Order: sequence, then structure tokens, then C-alpha cells
Amino acid sequence: MSHRHQNFRNYRQERQVTRNRIIASAVFVLLLVSVLLGRLFYLQVLQHKVYETKADDNRVLLLSIPPTRGLIYDRNGVVLADNRPIHSLTVVPERIKSVAWLKKQLAGVINITPDEWHDFEQKLKEYRRPYQPITLKPQLTDAQWARVAVDLYKLDGVQVEAQLTRYYPYGKAFAHAIGYVGRITEKDLERVNKQAYQGALFIGKTGVEGYYEHVLFGKPGISKVEVNARGRIMEELGKTPPVPGKSIHLYLDARLQQYAYDLLGNYKGSVVAIDPNTGGILALVSKPGFNPNLFVRGISSKDYAALRNSKRLPLFNRALRGGYPPASTIKPYMALAGLQYGYSSWTERYFAKGYYQINPGGRKYRDWKRGGHGWINLQRAIIESVDTYFYQLADKMGITPIHDFLSRFGFGKSYLLDLYGASDGILPSKAWKRAKYNQPWYTGDSVNVGIGQGYMVATPMQMATAVSIIAARGHYYYPRMVKDIGNKPATFDGKGGVHNLILKDQSNWNKIITAMHKVITDPKGTGRRLQGTDYTIAGKTGTGQVFSLQDGQKYEANKLAKRLHDHALFIAFAPIDKPKIAIFAIFENGGSAAKPAELTKKLFDAYIDGKYPKRYDYLKGNSK
Amino acid sequence: MRDSFFERVVAFTNARLWKLIHLDILLLGALLLLMAGGLIVLYSASGENIGMVERQGVRFIIGMGVCLGLAQLPPKYMRRASPALFAFIVVLLIAVLLFGIGAKGAQRWLGLPGGLRFQPSELMKIVMPMTIAWYFSDRQLPPRYNEVLVVLGLIIVPVLMIAKQPDLGTALLVAVSGIFVLFLAGLGWRYILGAAVLAPVAGYVLWHFMHDYQRQRVLTLLDPESDPLGAGWNIIQSKTAIGSGGLYGKGWMEGTQAQLNFLPESHTDFIIAVLAEEFGLIGCCLLLFGYLLVISRGLYIAANAEDNYARLLAGSLTLTFFVYVFVNIGMVSGILPVVGVPLPLVSYGGTSIITIMATFGILMSVQTHKRAR
Repeated sequence: MSHRHQNFRNYRQERQVTRNRIIASAVFVLLLVSVLLGRLFYLQVLQHKVYETKADDNRVLLLSIPPTRGLIYDRNGVVLADNRPIHSLTVVPERIKSVAWLKKQLAGVINITPDEWHDFEQKLKEYRRPYQPITLKPQLTDAQWARVAVDLYKLDGVQVEAQLTRYYPYGKAFAHAIGYVGRITEKDLERVNKQAYQGALFIGKTGVEGYYEHVLFGKPGISKVEVNARGRIMEELGKTPPVPGKSIHLYLDARLQQYAYDLLGNYKGSVVAIDPNTGGILALVSKPGFNPNLFVRGISSKDYAALRNSKRLPLFNRALRGGYPPASTIKPYMALAGLQYGYSSWTERYFAKGYYQINPGGRKYRDWKRGGHGWINLQRAIIESVDTYFYQLADKMGITPIHDFLSRFGFGKSYLLDLYGASDGILPSKAWKRAKYNQPWYTGDSVNVGIGQGYMVATPMQMATAVSIIAARGHYYYPRMVKDIGNKPATFDGKGGVHNLILKDQSNWNKIITAMHKVITDPKGTGRRLQGTDYTIAGKTGTGQVFSLQDGQKYEANKLAKRLHDHALFIAFAPIDKPKIAIFAIFENGGSAAKPAELTKKLFDAYIDGKYPKRYDYLKGNSK
Repeated sequence: MRDSFFERVVAFTNARLWKLIHLDILLLGALLLLMAGGLIVLYSASGENIGMVERQGVRFIIGMGVCLGLAQLPPKYMRRASPALFAFIVVLLIAVLLFGIGAKGAQRWLGLPGGLRFQPSELMKIVMPMTIAWYFSDRQLPPRYNEVLVVLGLIIVPVLMIAKQPDLGTALLVAVSGIFVLFLAGLGWRYILGAAVLAPVAGYVLWHFMHDYQRQRVLTLLDPESDPLGAGWNIIQSKTAIGSGGLYGKGWMEGTQAQLNFLPESHTDFIIAVLAEEFGLIGCCLLLFGYLLVISRGLYIAANAEDNYARLLAGSLTLTFFVYVFVNIGMVSGILPVVGVPLPLVSYGGTSIITIMATFGILMSVQTHKRAR
């Protein structure tokens, strides 16, 4: 290799070595540039559509603009669920220096409670769109609003936002009928279009608010916005305005509702009033109620715990879900059942002793009257509420015809058209007892059902519905809350029309009504307290046992704790010829039927004769 | 009419005046074109930040000064200074490892009085090819086996120090600039083939030296969609920007990816995506054409250089410049890992502009200091 020696270097040849390499490099460069161009061509021409879509997905965001919620009116145009503008203090977290800074700035300007700070800091941790304001203090008073407005210029990131919130002006008495809206939960979003509720503050939870959510909510508008990578809205590209929710007119009479609620006094209980001509619910009261406004912006855990833990169960909707023994109020239906199946007639006479025995020497089923009622017929059995008559009738019939007939009055099912959560109660049958207790049906079980006790359980809504069916002489309507949606009558998917319950002998309607009328007018009638009206009333009392008396034990009210007192029940309608209103009232542990009877009379006077106390004029609306 | 337009251009570029002030007018013209285009894209990419554009302009002017200054220096002086410079920078690199300052877990700078910072590894991009070219300048080409080993040693020491900072991008570029000299010196093809075979093995070894964030980048390249909000975000967004630009682009300052900040690093390493989004494939082609002009002129200068030192140095610097371009566009368009290489003369940033302009100063020196024949 001596030719490599420095003295013999061939510079020309060495230059050629490098030049060749430079040519090779140039080829490489061109090759690699082609690779880049190919890559760019692939992305920009072949895949252009794909990436164009991706770029648009990045920047274009569809925001939902919540629509204005429909209002809820009573039958006279009284607003029961309103929208109110409120001013809330909101904060854009991206624009404040820190929470500590904010606390310092706000000190002396506005009092933010520790709870509100806690809620705020909680919401900071949840996922949200960047630059979306978080509420710090909802519902500023005018004074607070004015005070904050003065200092707003130095509170960067803090703003006062006007929003519409739901407001229930009459609170408690209406809470179980109207229901309420509340903070939207994950569970709520499962039953609605998630997209539509983006940006909504609340959703209908219970009552009319819950059932008619789809009507009241309206259609959200869509705002098409361009956002930057941090989610900040840069500009609005387009907008579809929201369609406000439809307003709803109820059958409910606000004055009657409030009056009924007040008349229950300190008792727990329920009143349901129905217009038999339409099925329209005039009053739906469950006492105690609660303040529905607490729920609108999300109820505080403290308030909720208080409601939840109250022994009086204010959140429990007694009208729809309270299961009570119908007690003697079942007797008119039992009478019709006996007549229908030929176990009973208006003329047949029966000697009513103080008790009834299925078998001689067997258990004594006692009458409420110790000595018995003597010789009576069916009409008198109703007037005087003779237990023994209905014991023997139920004994003779057996449970199957009783079950079949009573079910036609809506016992054991729910006819209610437009509220969620109504209970079916219990209309017992042999199959039911077998399924529930795996036991055979005993004759004694039938005997108890004969006076509306034993296994039988019904809700105030069911008992009001049943009496409205008698009032309508079998040509009845399913009960409903809503009369008009928007300005059009509600349709109820074809179930809203008249239903017919035809008796074997249709004259029995008027005969049973006469008997119920005599419950009021007869000197021995259990509803004598309702005398002295200028219209006619048909009714029936009931006293529901809260616990079973042992054989031979005597009920002594004064020795029992109030919560073990009997429930006092009453069904009625008036006037008897052309009924305007049918009612069911119950005072839990109210003792005798006197209390619901007196309540009923006052409500009838008010509804039929317009004799409302003056203090209810604020709920009069446009009624004359 | 014998003087055609082309001939007049050639005459202009060969004018004695340019030679006198040691300027290569073709190279300069191509560079100015790239700089002007770069500033236009930067104005858009920075969100119409005129201050940023001004600062970049100032850097261009400083870079131009460095370029013209170096152009006055004959290559033979550079050759003589090469080994001393190399030793000096290695010392600085050691200093960086010992007392360097840095950010984001990397230690790359030396603090200077007055709050200034200085990145020695950047200088190595030039000094490395100078040194290797110097090594070969009085040796016969192509290199012999033991010479190759010496050169590899000269390359590997600073490269490892830079990689340890860690600054993988610069380490790779420094390594490449040295290896290019070796290649241009006529390194046997069998060595090159052998290296190609050994590369996967080396890659495996390298994997063990990588920091987690570097490994993550490699993994992300293979499947960027696997971490769309984290590591894959940059690549997904830059591909989206490029792809959505289409053939003609969305128009200057109309790129939604860039203007709405979906594109990260849009004024630095990912600026090509802004160009691609707003000026489309056409704009990309123009940019690549500009780079090809610079590179072809650089290779021409190298091929016609006076001696081995100048030839090897000029060739290597030109090819290294191309590597910048290729790696940057490759990484932004998603075919190479994101190693943090700026797009020369377009990306916003200080040190790299100066280094690059120094490169071209050397090229001009090589071209204009030839003895007349």
C-alpha cells in the first residue's frame, strides 16, 4: 500500500472520490425530498377530506341554548310554577388569579358562606368546558347585586349573570301535585336527550313538572361557535333560537287545593278531589308538604336530610302512594258487587247483631256498634255502616267476585293518567295471597275485605277515583291533572275519553247514591255533620284500623298514642243529581270520621257555592 | 443579441464585486427568499405578533452579519483553528454537564455574565465537521480502517456528552455532521452497509440510554392515536393542520388549527404545519424548492472547493442543513419521531439561526477564497 504515501497523493483522484460522494448525496437528497413530497401529497390531497373534518371537529362546537320553560297554571289561570329572573354571582376560573385571591377580593363586598365556597370548589374539580362560568353565589338580593356591581371593575373573572329560575309561589300545599324541578343528575340524562340538556339548569323531577317535562322543557336552540384549543369561544358562527316550552293548564283549583291543605290542620293526611264530568283533578293534597323551591337549584344536603329524616314524611306523596285500608268507604262498592252477582238485594232484610261468626262458635267479627243494628236492609246497612251485613255478604260472595268487581272501580291498579309514581294499592285475591305469602285464602280474609280491612289497601287517588265513578253513574273518566297543553286540550293517547262501567241493573247507580245521600240526611246516618247545605251530598264514612284489635279487645282512643289512633276517612260527591265534585279525604290517626266529613263540607261549600274564606282571594285567578 | 437572459444572470452572479466582498449571491438570494417566506409564516403562526417577527428579523440580521463575517475568513484559517476549537468546545460541554443551567429536565446552557445563556452543543454542529475535515485534510482519501476508528472516536465523545444533557436532536445532528464528512471522504460502501445492518442493534442499545420522555416520543410516533390528549396530541394536530390545508391552503392567517391554538409549538418546531395549513401543498412545494436551491448551491460549492478540507466541510455542512429540513418536516408530518429539530430559517428561535447562518458564511468563504486559476 505504498502508493498511499503522502508524497504520492493523487489530489485529482481524491477530489473525484468526494465529488462522487457528493453526487450520491444529491441523489439521496432528491430521494428523501420525494419521500417528504409523497407524505405531504398523501396528507394534503389523498387524506384531505379526513383531516378537513378533523380540523372542523376541533374548532366547531355546538352549544345548546336552554329554552324558556313552560308555565303551569291552575284552572283559573293562577300561575303555580313560574319563571323568575335571578342574578347569580359567577366566576370564570381561568380568569381569576386563585381562589385565595378571589376570597380576599370579595371580602367586604359580599358575604359568601362557607357552604357556597365548598360548593364552588367542588364544582371546580368537576369536568367542565374551559371558560365556562361557575356559580359562586346563586340568587343575589337586589342590595347584594348593587354592591357587587360597584366593585365589579376590579373583580376580573367575576360576573353577575341573569338567569331564569323556576319559582313556585305557593310552595308547600302544591309541592306534591305540581312537583318540582331540580339539578340534573346522570340518571336524569339517561331518559332524555343529553345534548338538549347541555346548558339547562334543571329538569322536572316529580309531579306535573316531572311527567310533562317533554312539554314544558321546549326545544333548545343551537349556537354554533368557534372555539380555540383551550375551549374559549372565539365567535358565533350561527344560531338557531330555542323554542320555549309549552305552558300547561291544569284542572287543579288553587284555592281548593290550598284550602284543603289548611283544613287538614296539624294532621298528616291527604285530600283528592275530582270533577266526575271530566276526570280532572281539582285538588291533590298530601300533608305535610315541603317547600319545592328548595330543590330548584339543587337542595343542600342539610335541608334534604331534614326533610328525609322527618318522622312526618313530608316527601312522601300520600295522595298517590299512601296505602290505607279503605275501611267502611268500601261498603257502597261491596253493596254494588252483591247486587251485581245476586248475593244482595235492596229488599232483603237482615238481622244485625253486635258481631258476625262464619261458623257458630267461631271467631266473632265485631260490629262498630256493640249491640248491633237490629233488622235492617241494604240501604240502612249503608246509612248506618253496618259491619255485620258486609261481613256476611263478603262471606257469601267469596273473594273472587269481590276482586273482579272492585277492580272495575280502579282498586288494585292505577287509572291516573298523567303523574308518575302512583301506587296500585292492594286488591287481594287468592292468587295474590298465594304469590305473596304462599298461603291459601281463608274465608276470614274475605270477611275482613268486606269492610275494607284486612289485606285491602288503596291510595287516596284510587278511593277518589272510585267515588267519582259512582258519581258519574259508571260513565267515568280516568283522573288527570292536565287540561290543556299550549292552547290545545291534552289527548292522553286516546285513553282520555269516557269509560263505561255498566251494571246488570243500571238503576242500582241511583239507588246506591240515594243510600249514600241518606248517610248525610238520615238521623242515624254516619255523615250527619254534612247536613244544612243548599245542595245535595252523597257520602260514606270510614274508620281505618291502624292496628288489629285482638278478639274481644275494646278500642280506647284516649289510651293510645296518637300515631296509633284510627285513620279517619270520608268519600263524597255533590250535588247528587249533577255531581260537580267527588272527594276523598283522610286524616291519619284522625280518630272518627268527623274530621274528614267536616273538611269535605267546607270544601263543597267553597267549590260549589263559592264560599271560600276571604283569605284565599289571592288564589282566585279569573274565577267569578 | 448573444447575451441571453441566462447568460446575463450568470454574469451577474460571477461579478467580481461579489467575489471581492466574499459573497455568494446565488446562495444569499436563496437564503433571503427562505427568510422572507419564513417571516410571513411566522407572522401568522405567532398570532400576528409583530414583536416576534421583529425579533426574528433582528436575528436574521445578526445571522447575516455572522455569515458575512465568516465569509471573509479564508478556509485555511478555519482549518488551522479546527482542533483547538474542538478541544475548547469539549471543555465547554464538560462544563455544561457540571454546572449547566436548563429547563424541562434538560441541562443545555452555560450561564454567562449579564443573564445571557450560551449553548455549546450548538457550536459543535459546525466544529464537528470542521474537525473531521481537518483530520482528513492532510491524509490521503479514502480513509483507512484505523483512521475511520479515530474519526468515530472523535464523533462519539461529544455526541455522548450532548446526548447526556439530554438533547437527542442536537446529538444526532452533531453525529450526522461528522459522519457526513466520513462519507464524503470516501468511506467504503461495505462500512456503510455494515452500519446499516448494525443500526437496529445500535437502536436497541440507544433505547436503554433514552430518557422516558424520549422513549415515549418514539412510541408515540408508532401509534400517536394511543395517547391523543397527551403525547400524541402534537402529531395528531400537526397532521390535521397539514391535511386540512389541502392543495391550496386555507389562506394566510386563516388556518384554524394554527390560529385557534390547536397546533402546539406552532411558531417553533411545528411551523411547517402552519405553512402547510395556510398555503397548502403548493406552499410546501415552494418551500422545499427554496431549500433545494440552497442545498444544490451548497453541494455545487463543495464539489468545486479548492482542497479536501473545504470540500469535505462544505459538503457536510450542506448535507447537515438538509438533515434539519428532512427531520423537521418528517417529524411534523408524522413519519419521524419528534426529536425537537427546528425548521431552518423559518422556525422562531435564536441559536439555531446563528449556527445556520455561520454555516453559510463558511460555504461562502469556501466559494470565494479560491485562488484564481
